[in-house]
Amino acid sequence: MRLLIKICLIICLSSFFKINVSAGEKADLIKQNWPFDGFFGRFDQSSIQRGFQVYREVCAGCHGIKYIAYRDLANVGFTTDEIKSIASEYEILDGPNDEGEMFDRLAKPSDKFVGPYLNDKEARVANNGAYPPDLSLITKARAGGADYLYNLLNGYKDPPENLEISDGMYFNTIYPGNQIAMPMPIVDEIVEYEDETPATQDQIIRDVTSFLVWTAEPELEERKVLGIRVLIFLIIITLMLLAVKRKVWKDVE
Amino acid sequence: MSSEKNELKGVTGWIDKRLPVFTFINHNLRDYPTPKNLSYFWNFGSLAGVTLVIMIVTGILLAMQYTANADLAFDSVERIMRDVNNGWLLRYIHMNGASMFFIVVYIHIFRGLYYGSFKAPREILWILGVLILLLMMATAFMGYVLPWGQMSFWGATVITNLFSAFPVIGDYIVTFLWGGFSVDNPTLTRFFVLHYLMPFLIVGVVGLHIVALHQFGSNNPLGIDVKSEGDTIPFHPYYTVKDYFGLGVFLIIFFGLVFFAPNFLGHPDNYIPADPLVTPAHIVPEWYFLPFYAILRAVPDKLMGVILMFAAVMVLFVLPWLDTHKTRSAQFRPYYKQFFWLFFINCLILGWVGSMPAEGLYVLISRLATGYYFLFFLVILPILSRYENTRTIPTSIAASVLSDKFGNEKTSTENI
Ligand code: HEC
Ligand code: HEM
Repeated sequence: MRLLIKICLIICLSSFFKINVSAGEKADLIKQNWPFDGFFGRFDQSSIQRGFQVYREVCAGCHGIKYIAYRDLANVGFTTDEIKSIASEYEILDGPNDEGEMFDRLAKPSDKFVGPYLNDKEARVANNGAYPPDLSLITKARAGGADYLYNLLNGYKDPPENLEISDGMYFNTIYPGNQIAMPMPIVDEIVEYEDETPATQDQIIRDVTSFLVWTAEPELEERKVLGIRVLIFLIIITLMLLAVKRKVWKDVE
Repeated sequence: MSSEKNELKGVTGWIDKRLPVFTFINHNLRDYPTPKNLSYFWNFGSLAGVTLVIMIVTGILLAMQYTANADLAFDSVERIMRDVNNGWLLRYIHMNGASMFFIVVYIHIFRGLYYGSFKAPREILWILGVLILLLMMATAFMGYVLPWGQMSFWGATVITNLFSAFPVIGDYIVTFLWGGFSVDNPTLTRFFVLHYLMPFLIVGVVGLHIVALHQFGSNNPLGIDVKSEGDTIPFHPYYTVKDYFGLGVFLIIFFGLVFFAPNFLGHPDNYIPADPLVTPAHIVPEWYFLPFYAILRAVPDKLMGVILMFAAVMVLFVLPWLDTHKTRSAQFRPYYKQFFWLFFINCLILGWVGSMPAEGLYVLISRLATGYYFLFFLVILPILSRYENTRTIPTSIAASVLSDKFGNEKTSTENI
């Protein structure tokens, strides 16, 4: 009975948290079913690989991903050779060498993704004063996570007649304030998939979103696998403890 | 289980004679006579203790990898999340552990409030508890600053700025806290040092809390004193096994959060690196501070708001002298019971408005709720102490158990 009260209490409390978390959310997001959702959520590697291609060909011109190294791509199914050749497409400034000079060299698998700009100032100048954020953590850094990103990229619509859009801004139904400095990045066929998946706008957005969920939470799969084991273990132990407790307490008036 | 007067032999006996650790353990964790009618609400003390240990262990391991520098802190936390072996696990345990700590301690406090555990002779025990709450709040507040995200930075700015409301010395205090003229690197480094230090102060106060507890033993749901041996059972094995079972349930919930919703209780903005030039749309503290935050914002005057917010915790210190009713347990106080539950709901409401923007209807709600919060302590409790008549109280714990069994008639009318 008391246990019941306790459980009720916990449910009440948690619904109370829910209210206060959702208070941060803005426009209504259309929820998607993601393969990485839920207790048994797993990454869809081919989707993430396609998403990486989208990032490389579309977003990387403006956004960096500074917390991921090229070799991390091995975790989503790229081979060592593929990773080497991907890395070698980029140049980074290294040094000083023994002569005290800085020099450019090709990126190695152990290097972090090379970003498009040298610094924040350059990023702003190139984007009309707006700052394209690093995308490493983007799905964790926005209320709604993957759903927010999906809806944002799908959120470019024709602006209502009476709305004046400032110079260099674009109408977006999801972005707070409805005016975003990022031009609509994704349309049908903007990339060509090697695995012949039809490159519809929706598909491309799902793929790049999956990719960015992986960059934000590379530990997600490991976490959920371990989590299931830990919970099963704890539930068994707890049931055993309940049995012992009942037995010990049997004779207490 | 009754003690066979220190029949310790061999090495243990030798040591115990010179340093009575085993006798001590025996007294406090084995034979220690405990009321036999404790409900599961009495599990939360030991749960808080376990959580404190978990926080200290994960905290020390995190500190080995964390860098307390405004330019590096955010990156170092991400490095923990990505490159340190099981670093994500450590950090998510520490992060959610703070929330679980507060859930447990809040339930523990409401338990004390409901069953009158703060009343004589346990006033000092209660005061030490409130002191632990204060230290926890300070620790958690400073810990939240360490990852140096947007909410870390702006939370620290808003809360430290509150001190500027004090006349004359206000600005001086704020500069002193910051170690400069804004929240910056010196603020971060001192917060890290204090965040590392304070948990150990908490350990000290917890020690005193337990010494005070064992002076008179636990209160119980009936709120009546232990009268004879028939009222108690030894702590071990009865309450050890019950505490272990409670711990199991607790860990299932705790690790459910850690593994499957690690950021559920956090704020997404804290995954954006701190930027002094960009203010977040809504600056909200962690959920466990929301009721106090609501009280702060309910008052139009900044200084009064700050004073009331601190008073909301401080009033707990004097609770034993506000509620002086002889009967401890709310079970036998029909009016107190209702006002208590209203108070509980009122706290949830305060937490909820604390998360809302301070405008329109929310302001009104927060004012009413703040009003009731203080009304409860400062007016209702003293009045009830004088005038409330109690229900019939059983003569002893044993008698109550028996009468429950044989037809539910309580046996005596006298208080306590
Ligand atoms: C032409 C440059 C450019 C390209 C290409 C581009 N972005 Fe952006 N992006 C920006 C700018 C500029 C901003 C900042 C917008 C603002 O502040 O209004 C931005 C902001 C964002 C945001 C943050 C929105 C928010 O809630 O704050 C996300 C997420 C994002 N971009 C994702 C992407 C993805 C995914 C791609 C590739 C499919 C992409 N961007 C391609 C320039 C670009
Ligand atoms: C009373 C116990 C404690 C509480 C309530 C507490 C609370 C917190 C909180 C709320 C955070 C922010 C979590 C986040 O959002 O990332 C944090 C971070 C941190 N704490 Fe603690 N803490 C406690 C004990 C300790 C101890 C004993 C240490 C080390 C000796 C420690 C070291 C750290 C470090 C290094 C961080 C930064 C890393 C991170 O943000 O994950 N903590 N703490």
